[in-house]
Amino acid sequence: MAGATLRTIDYAVLQQCMHCGMCLPTCPTYDQTKHERNSPRGRIALMRAVADGVLDVTHEFAEEMSYCLGCLACQTACPAGVNYAELFETARSDIEQQNAHGGAARKFWRTLTLGFLFMRPGALRFAGRAVALYQRSGLEALARRTGVIRLLPPALRRLEPQTPRVATKFSDSLIRPRETPSGPTRYRVALLTGCVQDLVFPDVNRDTADVLLANGCSVDTPPVQPCCGSLHAHNGDVERARVLARRMIELFPPDRYDAIITNAGGCGSHLRRYAPLLRDDREYYDRATVWDRKVRDIQEWLIEIGCRPPEASPFNEPTTVTYHESCHLVHGQKISREPRALLRLLPGVSLVELAESTWCCGSAGIYAITQPEQAERLLGRKSANIVGTGASWVATANPGCHLQIARGLSAADARIQVAHPVSLVARAYRREHG
Amino acid sequence: MPLSKAVADRLTAIVGEQSVLTKPEDIIPYSFDGTAALRQMPSAVVFPHTTEDVSRCVTFAAAQSIPIVTRGSGTGLSGGSVPTDGSVVLCLVQMNKILEIDPKNLVLRTQPGVTTLSIDDAASRHGLFYPPDPGSMRISSIGGNVAENSGGLRGLKYGVTRDYVMALEVVLPDGRIARFGSACVKDVAGYSMKDLFIGSEGSLGIITEILLKLVPRPMARQTMLALYDRIEDAAETVSAIIAARIIPCTLEFLDQMTATCVEEFAQVGLPTDCAAVLLMETDGHPAAVADEAAQMTAIAREKGARDVRLAKNEAEALALAAARRNAFSALARRRPTTILEDFTVPRSELARMVTFIAETARTANLQIGTFGHMGDGNLHPTFLTDERDQDEMARVHHALDLIARKTVELGGTITGEHGVGLAKKEWLRQQMGDASFDVMKQIKRALDPSGILNPGKIFD
Repeated sequence: MAGATLRTIDYAVLQQCMHCGMCLPTCPTYDQTKHERNSPRGRIALMRAVADGVLDVTHEFAEEMSYCLGCLACQTACPAGVNYAELFETARSDIEQQNAHGGAARKFWRTLTLGFLFMRPGALRFAGRAVALYQRSGLEALARRTGVIRLLPPALRRLEPQTPRVATKFSDSLIRPRETPSGPTRYRVALLTGCVQDLVFPDVNRDTADVLLANGCSVDTPPVQPCCGSLHAHNGDVERARVLARRMIELFPPDRYDAIITNAGGCGSHLRRYAPLLRDDREYYDRATVWDRKVRDIQEWLIEIGCRPPEASPFNEPTTVTYHESCHLVHGQKISREPRALLRLLPGVSLVELAESTWCCGSAGIYAITQPEQAERLLGRKSANIVGTGASWVATANPGCHLQIARGLSAADARIQVAHPVSLVARAYRREHG
Repeated sequence: MPLSKAVADRLTAIVGEQSVLTKPEDIIPYSFDGTAALRQMPSAVVFPHTTEDVSRCVTFAAAQSIPIVTRGSGTGLSGGSVPTDGSVVLCLVQMNKILEIDPKNLVLRTQPGVTTLSIDDAASRHGLFYPPDPGSMRISSIGGNVAENSGGLRGLKYGVTRDYVMALEVVLPDGRIARFGSACVKDVAGYSMKDLFIGSEGSLGIITEILLKLVPRPMARQTMLALYDRIEDAAETVSAIIAARIIPCTLEFLDQMTATCVEEFAQVGLPTDCAAVLLMETDGHPAAVADEAAQMTAIAREKGARDVRLAKNEAEALALAAARRNAFSALARRRPTTILEDFTVPRSELARMVTFIAETARTANLQIGTFGHMGDGNLHPTFLTDERDQDEMARVHHALDLIARKTVELGGTITGEHGVGLAKKEWLRQQMGDASFDVMKQIKRALDPSGILNPGKIFD
């Protein structure tokens, strides 16, 4: 089955945009250039031109869709209810099918990541272990010292220092396949460990399991889990996204659980839309519909079931915390109130609002890799806003944002720590008993 | 029609390479503004940074007879900034500096590309207020507001853009730079030329600097929602409030369809089960606000309101006003094409007009959502349709023609705040009468004899 294209999707989705311009002030790329093509309605106009046969899927078109962060701030701002996410993913899929980006190197990296690493959890963890070994064995230091690094192509050389510190133990070493609460079981849930979260922040997964257990949930966490497919869908590889969605539904039969829990904003936004993704799949569509109903962000779930307020503070002294909203949590899933509500449950914590809290930090999936300049500008703006709050911690619920902001704050020499809200809750529970 | 390389090079020499766009991917997004079903590619888009840039571009274009269409954020609702064939779009969004704010004289001097909201934000930092608040104020440019003489939700008490423009700097169609008006409260030296350029829709000159009047920011405000089972009761409430010598800052009307669409988008607690909602707001001294709010509530109840709700706090009031500003776009949820109208009648004729619109929709079998500034007699009947359906579009056009004629018959105007542009051209002569229509064309010819500024807008 071929992927969707702009010529074949329902034209009404394109027509939904009545180009009123309400999206313009919320778009980080339009804000930067003040050029319409870098705005949501401008991009939709280009997509419509492609659908109308007025414009081909050109290299310029591909560049423009690559410049879009996919932050979906426009979707929150749009009074007309345009489904930008669908248009954007269709455009990117069109671009891939027509190979409008070109370039053998790009194709190689794309196949390695989307086609191999993020299709095989074993391979991904193996690669993760290799990176961890490189980082810890002294090889990294040696490579940097001797200048071997300079043998890498420029794009990779620039990224090398940005490589996140990979954990030595992944989620499967920290969480047993089934854990049950010490008290009565109120709910049965599945825990999705994610890809980046699993490799870089497996402790966030452990914290998520702990908080679920403390709130009466039995937690199923299969040690080997496929990627959810969000990276593939956002980057125009709809077919592989479908394959992964089916694998997820097989691994976690949705009718077996009260909720399917994710703690990464970027994954959650995609995970809740398996039914539209599999709408032509007779075998899976019904289960996908149940799946979509069961997916919950951890913070949303905790507020829904009435999270037990911790009796202890996560910190030794009164602490100010601010909150940065992951784009795909606030715009993709409309979850904005719940993380704040969780943070307000914490004794000894005062929550201060972050200016432009819903403005993208520039991480945006692989955006920091594909559009480094714009990503840096956004990160600088975000770091300045965070420093401006005077908070000593910033909470955020997506591993991409977490890494990006931690890097930005350290570059700005700010002694501000980053944590997932659920980690702060877990920390508070742990301190209840001394 | 693509631009010749020689012309592109000359424009590039004036504004710089980054500021001239000619590639299809760059200029397709400038083929439209906020108006439905109007589309035309320009031949290039140019971003001037200074008044001198504008003047040089215009001088060059005049010599080459290249038409110029001036554009701000492209949120206009009458097609005023939709390009004409072969035109160069002069986009002023990069002239976006507030040049001076003078709290002693209560004035603000700005470039045209600043957004309306930024103007009021800047004023508010000095305890001052720039009241005109068109629906698109978060992104609309102040230059576009002046060129269209935009209104907004606060027109009843505070007036429209014109009431706040003290002076203008304008690049004339031959490239000369002229200044009209002054910072003086009183100024009767010569014709009031600035007033000629306010609302001239980019057809007489290009506004490059604006001196705005500010007023003290009101100390308090109260927002209320009154819910009705009959539209006529809402209209009567408006008349009764005005008859009671109260001038609220806002008296906004939403019919059931509009309230439902707005609520779907904004979720601010608008009822979706009543025939009409009035969003009312009074502002000023806290004592006066409390008194007027009580009176308005009593009047609404007396005229048959099912319920009157008071906004609990500033956040709720802001959310309600913001939701109302999105009414037009929210209506686009229903059908693929959304055609917004802007008919205005004397307030005493409002009830009759609302009924006529509803009847016309029924007879023509069309979906129309109506909302508007009831306190100003300014209604926005919005046709929810599909531009691909030719039969339905023909019925839309027929209905529009009927409503326009009715408006003129009732002593109203075909456009209260959106401008004539392309969308209202065909009814202008009918409304104005031959003599006044011809005077307008004579003025256009006198200032722009070769017709290079926004040709084909307002009239042919």
